[in-house]
Amino acid sequence: MDMKRDYYEDIQLLNSKILWFWFIMLIASLATLPFLLPNYHIYMVNYMAINVIVTVGLNILVGYTGQISLGHAGFFAIGAYGTVLLMTNLHFPFLLALVCSALIAAFFGFILGLPALRLEGPYLAIATLGFGMAITQVIGRWQVFGGRMGLEAPDLSLGPFVIDTDRQLYFVIVTIAFLLILAARNMMKTRVGRAFIAIRDSDIAAETMGVNLTLYKTLAFAVSAFYAGVAGGLMAFLLGFINPSSFNFILSIYFLAFVIVGGLGSIFGSIMGAVVMTWLLLTLDKVQELPYLGAVLVSFSERWMNLAGLPNIASIIFGLIIILLVVFEPLGLYGFWIRTKIYWKTWPF
Amino acid sequence: MFLQLVVSGLSFGSLYALIALAMVIIYKTSEVPNFGQGEMAMISTFVAFTLLVTHGYSFAVSFIGAFIFAAALGVFLEFVFLRRAKDPNILSLILITLGFQMVLYGLASWKWGADQKDFPFPVSDFDVINIGSAVISYLNIATLLITLFLMFMLFLFFRYTKVGIAMKATQQNAMAARINGIRTNRIMSITWALSSMIGAVAGMLLAPIATLDPNLMLEPLLKGFAAAVLGGMTTLVGAALGGYILGVIENLFGGYISLEFKSIVAFLIIVLVLCFKPSGLFAKHYVRKV
Repeated sequence: MDMKRDYYEDIQLLNSKILWFWFIMLIASLATLPFLLPNYHIYMVNYMAINVIVTVGLNILVGYTGQISLGHAGFFAIGAYGTVLLMTNLHFPFLLALVCSALIAAFFGFILGLPALRLEGPYLAIATLGFGMAITQVIGRWQVFGGRMGLEAPDLSLGPFVIDTDRQLYFVIVTIAFLLILAARNMMKTRVGRAFIAIRDSDIAAETMGVNLTLYKTLAFAVSAFYAGVAGGLMAFLLGFINPSSFNFILSIYFLAFVIVGGLGSIFGSIMGAVVMTWLLLTLDKVQELPYLGAVLVSFSERWMNLAGLPNIASIIFGLIIILLVVFEPLGLYGFWIRTKIYWKTWPF
Repeated sequence: MFLQLVVSGLSFGSLYALIALAMVIIYKTSEVPNFGQGEMAMISTFVAFTLLVTHGYSFAVSFIGAFIFAAALGVFLEFVFLRRAKDPNILSLILITLGFQMVLYGLASWKWGADQKDFPFPVSDFDVINIGSAVISYLNIATLLITLFLMFMLFLFFRYTKVGIAMKATQQNAMAARINGIRTNRIMSITWALSSMIGAVAGMLLAPIATLDPNLMLEPLLKGFAAAVLGGMTTLVGAALGGYILGVIENLFGGYISLEFKSIVAFLIIVLVLCFKPSGLFAKHYVRKV
């Protein structure tokens, strides 16, 4: 059933009529979704789609190439500020500004990838952590970037269309997310993707097989940063306002948490991880409004903790999820999904 | 001007040195950079603050209480989470410490809120003495002295006590240490407790200079890492020296080049050191076996 007889079967996007059917159904349902959902949910879906882009990009780096990055909030910030500044100061059209700032992010990723050639594991984590923090500092201190006050996103228009509601933004964001996911999925099936995976499994073995480590490690960083940059540019328009404190170290860990929860080295897993965790994040932001649980937490906070700090419960839960997943289910949601699928495929045996 | 910058750089540097020491002690035994270090120190400082201000105990009682808390926290994290990881690789260990970081950060912001608090300290930050043309506050002197004293104690601990020697043995070769009858698991826990307590000292010395809020240790954490990388993640002496060097370089940069971008120095140092001498200035180069 899953046997592949030649290379072209392996790189096909969809290999059966049934899959084509579901693929078209997916596109159709994504296209009709905004007309069925209330406004807040569309905002949430937009948020999810942006996080999916970052997570897929980060997974290319962490899951497929085996390099760690704790600085993705930095690339995200470069994308956001780059897009806004190019549009307000140089009057670039939206898509051009988005691509340019993502390329700038990719360039920074390439530069950060250079030390990665000599570093591994803990050292790389420290270097990328420093990068993320440095970017936030620079943005916060430099007047061009609006300093601590931040910047306001300009009006958005795409050719003749003016985009000013979340519903219109939905089509922009989801289309871009969809294309980028397809691109990532295809890239992993090509020479480049296989080189990434070889580097993850053993960089020394990959080098002896003729994989150019310099090229592919920096490329992995650049691609990953490109994804984060695009997502950052879109986020600027979703939020309408950006300031340095929205791109802190915690955000980088959140991105990493999305990847871990979804499952390392799986694009489908990244989508699941980003969607589930974004939902959790937005729900926990308003935790006191949850039925039953909210009231319990509010009274608990009043008695023992501090009511104003209650939304920080998101950070506690995220931390626990990361630890528990790493300890008990390193494959994340994707591993869970695969096990369920195999169980039903072979049922009742 | 120069002397002033160096003196206050040394005082900050000693804090970085403490954080770097706390990290290196853990890194040598568990082979993981502890990203939760800063938050462990921050929450211990908050415990001291609560005992001191909310419950009104004396300085001695509160500080000792905070140290006991810090030690218990270290043992707890090691025993409950880190030890449970099956077949850990570097990525999963790093992720676990990041998990601690987030849990502790969330707990502290939930309990104490984001508003900034003043941390009282028995030594004043405003009374100063003059050394030549430099001015140095009593607090800075206390920081320097406490740090040096602590380092001396650590030196004695690792040189002359049985636990300290067992710790060094575990760091060098855990398997051989276990064969020789050292309970390496217990040593691990003690290491985490020790490191957490050193971090707590750094937190309590930093809090009176800065203001106490959950973000207290975010930047010092990076500085601690920079110091550890600069001196070498595998040597205690190197990490301590790295802290002092970083403090002075950072202050000189702030004084002569640009005050605004002072905090980027740490990142630049990390990148430069890692590019040109990844093992650090004072450590032997280590090559991975295939």
